[in-house]
Amino acid sequence: MSSHESNYQPTSRFGKWLEERLPVGGLMYGQFIEFPTPRNLNYWWTFGGILMLCLAAQLVTGIVLAMHYQASAAEAFNSVDHIRRNVNYGYMIQAMHAVGASMFFVAVYTHIFRGLYYGSYKAPREILWILGVFIFLAMMATAFMGYALPWGQMSFWGVTVITNLFSSLDSIIPGVGTAVVEWLWGGYSVSGTTLNRFFSLHYLLPFVIVGLVALHVWALHVVGQNNPAGLDIKTKSDSVPMYPYAVAKDVVGMFAFLILFAWFVFFMPDYLGHSDNFTEANPMVTPPHIVPEWYFLPFYAILRAIPSKLGGVVAMFGSIVVLLFVPWLDTARVRSAKYRPIFKWFFWLFVFTCLALGYLGALPAEEPYVTYAQIFTTYYFAFFLIIMPIVGIIETPKKLPGSITEDVLGPGAGKGAGAAVAASPEAR
Amino acid sequence: MAIQHTQNISSIQEAHVTSHAEEPNRRDFLIIAGNAFAGVGGVIALWPFIAQMNPDKTALALASTEVDLSPVKEGQAITVVWRGKPVFIRNRTPDEVKAAQDVQMKDLRDEVARNDNLAADAQATDQNRTTKGHENWLVAIGICTHLGCIPKGQAMGDEKGEYGGWFCPCHGSHYDTAARIRKGPAPRNLEIPPYTFVSDTKIKIG
Repeated sequence: MSSHESNYQPTSRFGKWLEERLPVGGLMYGQFIEFPTPRNLNYWWTFGGILMLCLAAQLVTGIVLAMHYQASAAEAFNSVDHIRRNVNYGYMIQAMHAVGASMFFVAVYTHIFRGLYYGSYKAPREILWILGVFIFLAMMATAFMGYALPWGQMSFWGVTVITNLFSSLDSIIPGVGTAVVEWLWGGYSVSGTTLNRFFSLHYLLPFVIVGLVALHVWALHVVGQNNPAGLDIKTKSDSVPMYPYAVAKDVVGMFAFLILFAWFVFFMPDYLGHSDNFTEANPMVTPPHIVPEWYFLPFYAILRAIPSKLGGVVAMFGSIVVLLFVPWLDTARVRSAKYRPIFKWFFWLFVFTCLALGYLGALPAEEPYVTYAQIFTTYYFAFFLIIMPIVGIIETPKKLPGSITEDVLGPGAGKGAGAAVAASPEAR
Repeated sequence: MAIQHTQNISSIQEAHVTSHAEEPNRRDFLIIAGNAFAGVGGVIALWPFIAQMNPDKTALALASTEVDLSPVKEGQAITVVWRGKPVFIRNRTPDEVKAAQDVQMKDLRDEVARNDNLAADAQATDQNRTTKGHENWLVAIGICTHLGCIPKGQAMGDEKGEYGGWFCPCHGSHYDTAARIRKGPAPRNLEIPPYTFVSDTKIKIG
C-alpha cells in the first residue's frame, strides 16, 4: 500500500500549477479520499479519528486558556477562577479543556484496548504501535503538568508526590535522586518556579504529540489498517475508499462521543476532578487523601502495590514500558482475538484487571486493598510477560475467513467479480 | 486497486450528476440537510472562541471612575486612569482659558469638538471643549491622536509645545491649552471623555 499512487487530477488551472510545484492536493486526495480502508471495520476503529478531534479540541481550548491564565504561584489559582467567572464564555472553554483531558484518555484507552484485542501491534505494524506508546507517554506527561496549573491543593501535592518518584534513584546512587528532583523543581520544594516551567512544557508537549501523531498516521498509511478479521487487503473488493465510507462512519462515532463530552461539559464539568483542588495550594498542609486524576489511577495502584520505594516506581514505569515489547511478546499466528478462543478470555480478564486497579488506586493504601492491588499488578505483568508468549504457542486459532470480503459477506463471497460488485455498498 | 476506487468514485459522481438532472432524491436531501446542519453548528461553535477575546467582566467593571478635583490648584494638572487610559485634568489659569477662547476656528487644524458629551459635529470652540460653569477645567484623554503616545505637559517642568498646552515628543505634535491640535502630524484634537460634575469639586468619568 506504500505504493498506493494518487489518481488526483486537478481541475482548475491554479490546481494544476500548484500540483506541479507542491503536490499537497494529490497527497491529501490519495491518503484521505481514495485511500483503501478495509470494508469490515467496526465502530472501535472510529476512535483514531475521535482522538484527532480530542487533540484539536485540547489545542484550541488550551491556546485560548493561555490567553487568560497567569502562571505564577500568586495568581494561578485566582486566574482560573477569573477565567470561569469573568472571561467571556470562559466557564465553557475551561470546562471543555478539563473535561477534554478526561475524554482524551477515555478515547485513547479504548483505542489501545482495541489494538490489543485485534492484534493491531503485530507485524508489520510494530512501529505504528510503538509510536502509539510514545504518544500515550507524551499525553500522560502533558496531562500531569496540565493538572498542576490550576494550583489547587491536589495540583500542588500531585506534583510533589509524582516528582518525588525520582528521589527513589537515591537508593541506587545516593544523592542522584535528590539532585534530579531539585532540578525538576528549580528549588528545594515545589514552588512558583516549578509552576512556570510546567506551564511552558504543558504548552510545548502537545505540539510534540502533533508531530508523533503525524508519524503515527504516516506509519498507518504505509502498512494499512488492521481490521476485525486481522486479514490483509488482498483484492479490490476487500476495501472501500476512505471517503465517504470510513469518513462517514468516523463522523457518526465522533457525534456519539461529542454527546458524552458535551454532557460532562455542560452538566457536570467538575465531576471528574477533585474537590480539594478548589482549595488554593498550601505548601504547609497536605490533604488527608491524595489521588491522581482517574486516568492515572491504575498506574498509581501499581506504584502503591509494591512495598519498596524504588520497586514501586520501577513497576509503575515498567507497566507502560512493557507495552513497547508487545509486538514481540505475542507469539500468536493470527492477529485478531476473535479467532483466539483461549487468549480472548485472558484479554477480558486483563481489561477487568485494569478497571480493578483503577478502582483500587482511588482507595486508601490499607488492607485488604493493598493485597488486591498486588494480585492485580501480578496479573497485569503476567498477561504481557507469560500469557502472551505461551498462549500464542499452545492455542489453536479458529478458522479465519478466506478474505475480508468473506468476513463481511460469508464464505465463498467475492470469488467472482460480479458478486462483489452487486453486493458492494456503492450500489444505490 | 487504486484504479478500481477511482472508478467507484467517478461512478458515484456520475450517478450524482444524473440524479441532479432528474429529481433530487432522499440521499441528496440528507446530504444537503446534514451538511447545512453541521456547517451552521460549526459556525455557532466558533463564536465563543472569538468572543472570549472581548473585554471581560473585570475590564467592564472599570468603565467609570470618580475624581476629586479639590487638591488640584490653579495651574496644576493631574493624570487619572480611566479604562486603562490616562486622562489629563488641568486646572487652567485665566490666561490659558483666555488664550484658548480667543482662537479663531479658521486657525484650527481640526474644527470638530471631539467631545463625547456633545454632538459629533460640534465646533471645537473652547466652550465646547469644557463644561459650562467650570471653564477652568480641561479634561481630555491623554493619548496623542497620531500614533498613541502620551503627550508631555502635565508635570511642571514639561515642554508644553508652541501653544502652551501639550507636546507629543514621539513625532512633534503641538496641542493648545484646550488640547486642540495646532501643529504636527496628529490629525485630531485630544478626545474629551464622557464626564459630568457630580459636585463643584468632583467629576465622574465614564
